[in-house]
Amino acid sequence: MTVEIGHFALILALTLALVQTVVPFVGARRGDPALMGVGAAAAMAQFVFVAVAFAALARAHLTSDFSVVNVAENSHSALPAIYKFSGVWGNHEGSMLLWVLILSAFGALAAAFGRGLPARLGADALAAQGLIGAAFLAFILFTSNPFERLWPAPFEGGDLNPVLQDPGLAIHPPLLYLGYVGFSIVFSFAAAALIEGRVDAAWARFARPFALVAWCFLTLGVAMGSYWAYYTLGWGGFWFWDPVENASLMPWLAGTAFIHSAAVTEKRDALKVWTIFLAIVAFSFSLIGAFLVRSGVLTSVHAFASDPRRGVFILAILAFFIAGSLALFAWRAPPLKQGGLFAPISREGALALNNLLLTSACATVLFGTLYPLALEQISGEKITVGAPFFNATAGLLMLAACFFTPFGFSLAWKRGDLLGVAQRLAAAIAGGFVVLVALIAVFRGGPVLAPIAAGLAAFVMLGALSEVVARVWRRGVSFAAARARGLPLSFWGGAAAHFGVGVTLLGLAGVGFGAETIATMKVGEAQKVGPYTVVLETVGARNGPNYRDAVAAMTIRSGGEFVAAIEPARRQFSARETTTTQAGIATLDFGQVYVSIGDPAADGAVPARLYWKPLATLIWLGACVMALGGLLSLADRRLRFGAPARAKAPAAAAGAGARPQ
Amino acid sequence: MTRKGRRLALIAAALGVAAIALGLALYALTDNIVFFLSPSEVVAKNIQPGARLRIGGLVLPGSVTRSADETIDFAITDGKNQIEVSYRGLTPDLFREGQGVVAEGALDAPGRLRADTILAKHDERYMPREVVEELKKEGRWQEGAKP
Repeated sequence: MTVEIGHFALILALTLALVQTVVPFVGARRGDPALMGVGAAAAMAQFVFVAVAFAALARAHLTSDFSVVNVAENSHSALPAIYKFSGVWGNHEGSMLLWVLILSAFGALAAAFGRGLPARLGADALAAQGLIGAAFLAFILFTSNPFERLWPAPFEGGDLNPVLQDPGLAIHPPLLYLGYVGFSIVFSFAAAALIEGRVDAAWARFARPFALVAWCFLTLGVAMGSYWAYYTLGWGGFWFWDPVENASLMPWLAGTAFIHSAAVTEKRDALKVWTIFLAIVAFSFSLIGAFLVRSGVLTSVHAFASDPRRGVFILAILAFFIAGSLALFAWRAPPLKQGGLFAPISREGALALNNLLLTSACATVLFGTLYPLALEQISGEKITVGAPFFNATAGLLMLAACFFTPFGFSLAWKRGDLLGVAQRLAAAIAGGFVVLVALIAVFRGGPVLAPIAAGLAAFVMLGALSEVVARVWRRGVSFAAARARGLPLSFWGGAAAHFGVGVTLLGLAGVGFGAETIATMKVGEAQKVGPYTVVLETVGARNGPNYRDAVAAMTIRSGGEFVAAIEPARRQFSARETTTTQAGIATLDFGQVYVSIGDPAADGAVPARLYWKPLATLIWLGACVMALGGLLSLADRRLRFGAPARAKAPAAAAGAGARPQ
Repeated sequence: MTRKGRRLALIAAALGVAAIALGLALYALTDNIVFFLSPSEVVAKNIQPGARLRIGGLVLPGSVTRSADETIDFAITDGKNQIEVSYRGLTPDLFREGQGVVAEGALDAPGRLRADTILAKHDERYMPREVVEELKKEGRWQEGAKP
């Protein structure tokens, strides 16, 4: 019964989404506050009904109600409860329901916090959000209904894909969707601003917090996906430039560009048209991601059993929103009041350069992802564009963006002093060079790119720190604490995010100094990998709730001393008769020893692949630091939702903080 | 700097970065593209040793031999022709005889591939799309049937 309630709630949500689209839009045209007010109510009600639908599906999964097709195909009564629950979105239908849940949640959030917005702008934004919701709800109801029944109900389910039976499934998709879908609000705001024909600093102040929320989640979601792939696939790789990964990287790049250019719009009333364009692009990439992943045009672990009707439907949604918003942009953007221009050597000039580099990187990723698909359609030839292409294009452009980051962060608004900034960054530049030269000297004849990346990483991290020091110490040690308190949180956020970029880059550089061995190990045998020795102690078997492990117990030693124990395993799932690799990972300082094994032979020998990955954890820790930076910026009172007026200028605030109490 | 000068500087920077990106992309395209072929296409096109390729098909039943140094030899077939593949490393979880597989590497002799990457399907309902299409072309694919 609850399943039918869920289905019905979803139909009601679609109706509400249509109301949310039409009524406030008409109200805004007529200037009728009552009609405009319907938008907020409809958005919140839509969220409630989608949540009911989601809860109904979750209940069916948790109670293993195999009379529901979705549960029968993707769940199993022996699954641990956590995987029963995360299995709700471990399939096509459920994952689209999660997508819509988050979409409507952001709509409700915008309705709740949008009271301070100009009425017409708010109404138009909610109408745009309603239209996106309606499109995806229709997609679910017409092509991917998760509430379909099955009669007679089977006694046992087909089980969740073993690759997905992992805590990663509980974390990665929700985080990623919060990021993807969060940009929908920014998109809706942009559409509303275009309809209204007005973009100003106030607009940027409303849109930027949503972009920051989305960006934080997207950063964490991409990092989590990368770490999941790293530990679960057993290849020790953390980024494969797989089209699905690219689909998450593109909105991230566009979103990163947006939060930087929106800062220019907010502070200097410039780059307005560009900022609007980026808002459209960021969400368009989210839609392209949804299309690539869900339509089955790509070969990937994310492509669930595909149905051509779905691909066509998503393509229609994609074409409608991207073409529609770009048409709106072409029609309404030219009359927008152009903002001021600015000097090339200034904070805003540096941010414009950052935007150019990030969007070019994004464009090359898009090209590399779609080129094989286009070529196949045109000439029938099938090609793969792999890591070397992306490293040589997007990789280099992103390294260039990293290089300019500390300069931009230290430059003043309006008119910067490049020489002064260079002096301020002297220590950071020197630090980067020392790291570079030291690494080249120590690892003579070793990797070339890794020391450069490490030097650059040191420069980026020290650059963020030196800016903090320069701001805090400006008036001597005795004022430092007061000045630190007086600095706006958005400054701390920026410093943290940029520091995080350096941390991630350092982790990436560390990979270049790693080691790798493949060996067939017998019990008692030792293998050297990097500075450590891995010894195979025993080989045994172990039973789990719905699987059986062949476990190789290993110890890691350094100079004969025991350091850590790992248990890489082969996990055999009975329901689907499939096997997965459970890598054994030991985190030692910031590096990791990573071992994955093959099926043990009859004589007890275990084929094993051993890696030493120095500083690997920094790759993901850096992303966490970046997200923390976004969170700090978000907490800045200047960006609070509905802040009535601009808070004191940062300089004035800093001055006030520095005054003796 | 005048307003005109500032606008020019911005446009020049935009064009400059775009040109660099385009240049990098074109340069990278020249030697980083890998073609996907079926065993029959490899034979028909008379691909020379040294070229990087992806070959997709089914693992020929009975062709898999594993040796002590973690080298695995097997043949990829599309029903008409087959290519010998040699690969050192652990095979993917779902690598099995008779199953769909994609191998990437370079030919070291005509009809022999030294692979550095092996991709297999991720679950029993899934098969690399390229393999499905090759099998459809060869008329060995039944829609909906479990491969």
